[in-house]
Amino acid sequence: MKKNQTIPEKIWQFFCSVKLTVYTLVLLATTSIIGTVILQNGTQQDYVRLYGEAFYNLIKVFNIDDMYHAWWFLLLIVILCINIVVCSIERLSVTWKIIFPKQLKFNPERFRKLKNLETFTVDKTSESLSSEYETFLSKTVGAVIKEETESGTVMYAEKGRWTRIGVYVIHSSIILLIIGALIGAVFGFKATLQLDEGETSDVAFIYKKRIPVNIGFSIKCNDFDVKFYDTGAPEEFRSNLTIIENGKESFTKDIRVNHPLRYKGINIFQSSYGTARPDSVVLDIIMQPDKDVTTKTIKIGQEIQLPENQGLFKLEGFLPHFDFRGNDLGEAFVGRITQKDGNSFQIALPIKFPTFDKMRKGTFAFVVKEFERKHYTGLQITKDPGIWYVYSGFILMIIGCWVTFFMSHQSYFIEIKKNKTNNSEISISGRANRNSQGMKLKIQKIVTKLKDK
Amino acid sequence: MNSSLALSSATFIYALASVFYIGSFTFKKQVLAKAGFIVLVIGFLDNTLGIILRWIESYQMGYGHAPFANMYESLVFFSWTVAILYIFVELKYKESIIGVFASPLIFLAIAYASLSPDISSKISPLIPALKSNWLIAHVITCFLGYSGFALAFGFSIIYFVKPKDPDATSIFAKLPSEELIDELTYQMVVFGFLFLTIGIITGAVWANSAWGKYWSWDPKETWSLITWFVYAIFMHLRMMKGWHGRNLAWVSIIGFIAVMFTYFGVNYVLSGLHSYG
Ligand code: HEM
Repeated sequence: MKKNQTIPEKIWQFFCSVKLTVYTLVLLATTSIIGTVILQNGTQQDYVRLYGEAFYNLIKVFNIDDMYHAWWFLLLIVILCINIVVCSIERLSVTWKIIFPKQLKFNPERFRKLKNLETFTVDKTSESLSSEYETFLSKTVGAVIKEETESGTVMYAEKGRWTRIGVYVIHSSIILLIIGALIGAVFGFKATLQLDEGETSDVAFIYKKRIPVNIGFSIKCNDFDVKFYDTGAPEEFRSNLTIIENGKESFTKDIRVNHPLRYKGINIFQSSYGTARPDSVVLDIIMQPDKDVTTKTIKIGQEIQLPENQGLFKLEGFLPHFDFRGNDLGEAFVGRITQKDGNSFQIALPIKFPTFDKMRKGTFAFVVKEFERKHYTGLQITKDPGIWYVYSGFILMIIGCWVTFFMSHQSYFIEIKKNKTNNSEISISGRANRNSQGMKLKIQKIVTKLKDK
Repeated sequence: MNSSLALSSATFIYALASVFYIGSFTFKKQVLAKAGFIVLVIGFLDNTLGIILRWIESYQMGYGHAPFANMYESLVFFSWTVAILYIFVELKYKESIIGVFASPLIFLAIAYASLSPDISSKISPLIPALKSNWLIAHVITCFLGYSGFALAFGFSIIYFVKPKDPDATSIFAKLPSEELIDELTYQMVVFGFLFLTIGIITGAVWANSAWGKYWSWDPKETWSLITWFVYAIFMHLRMMKGWHGRNLAWVSIIGFIAVMFTYFGVNYVLSGLHSYG
């Protein structure tokens, strides 16, 4: 590094090095491992239980609980971007001159020294070969430059000069990707929405943070369906949704996993499902010793008079997982009995065990006769205005990689030297900015072709 | 003929090909390498047949999906991709001796699929999230990427077995020159890198069409990105810093360890969305 640089020059130099690129990439690769080993987005209790109190403090300081959004990880990405931009600016002017040269110059001495140089003799005059090879080169490679020397003729042709731009395409695609990700993070959202069949909503909840966001229109779930394989694994689930705008139904569409609905920049994905809370239940109330049965439909929250003035029964709610002495008995209704004497207690009616309440040995036994089973559909609602930047980045990256890896800037050289008789000595070689082995094979191919002529 | 017969016979044919290649290396007999190549091609055809039959069988069972849906199928396909890439390389570069470093990889992957008790070869139905044409594009490109890295790994090993100046009678004398190994390793990395890039991208596009998120830092995604970083480092060291030979071969080996962790480690050690490689 030069002495007496100004500070901006020093900073520029710092970002201009490929060493920095390598170090940053090494740091990104190694630190990324952390987030795959240590739980992400857990609660404080999770971390203290898993790793202990001391380590929890460390986790908090370095945001390891959400490390891919931690300041230091983002800093590494920013350094990478500055590095790419600074390097590209620094080198592009040189590359530009190579890509668009004022005039093409060739140095025969450099080509004569190349390792892939092949020499052979042909029983023809150099004049006839000269025009023959010129047409060959201009057909297979490109425009030919021909020069006469003391001993004969040299000619060159080249192609693929433009492929040197490939690296810049790759690097700019990375910048484009990061810009797209940034736009998505700032102006987009990822939210979830649970809709019972028949329910409508225009508000979803941001993933993890549970903050409500307005979708801009209402979504109604008309119907939900799930199909199973004979193995019992779900085969497909489907929601029938209606979009409602300004109080008017706009259209109705089915969505499935992998077949989302996209409307006005909002994407609606099928992501999960479950059993919705029923509104009401039909209960058999069985008078205990003499088995008199009364059947009643009760709404959740409703309170009814028990037969023969034995007290009151209030249906308090529905639990998807009823816990009975540490066992999950599954879905259950819960209610509260208030007896004549003012004594009040809660009972549970698990759906899977209809006779459960008999074991209580009360005056009445309650049995769930039927209820309307409804599903809810779990939707993922997202908005990502950065997606087109990201996708353009994807396409540019693939094109850039293809050009950089599989194409190259190649120049070919043929020298024809007159021998004494009707016989010429031919030398062929070539240079490429990448894939020297491939170039060697290409030269050998040309040699066999020209020898056969 | 059914798929499991085809695939288990392919395992044995690949084993035979490896034996021929290793024999050609230790006994310095070019003929054995030629035989190895022919056997390898037969194994590859058998492997292809097995994959096609399995595809058909899945339709007959009413599940109807491409055979890329579990660990067993992915390993079988991995062998297939390494085999086709190797066959291409041998035809192009005419260096049959490097088959010693490639054919065992092909054999080991498919043998692990057939013989490991943890890996079920049952054809099972697809969960809804996997039912997408992107699955096919994603799996094929990822595995082409892995196969490039596997061969790069195989060729990198040559640096460590080949002495600096092997004398003409040693078994190492026939190994290709450092220059050619370097070029071959680089070509394989480049091939792998292009397809890993496309693999990650198709995965992202698919995730976006299935869940509305193109990237969620799922362990498998993260590990594929780590792998991508390692090979990007490889590329910059080679092109900008002029690294060659053993130093660079180490980077390729580290890269392949990352590939293996992305493929197996994530499934067995960590948890995430991906049910298999
Ligand atoms: C991940 C972030 C990346 C960073 C920070 C980065 C950075 C750099 C820098 C600073 C240079 C040297 C300056 C220049 O030639 O412009 C460079 C060169 C290069 N990069 Fe990258 N790069 C990245 C990704 C990639 C990828 C994904 C590829 C392709 C697979 C790639 C391929 C190259 C090549 C081939 C060169 C050599 C240029 C030449 O030969 O003239 N880079 N990179």
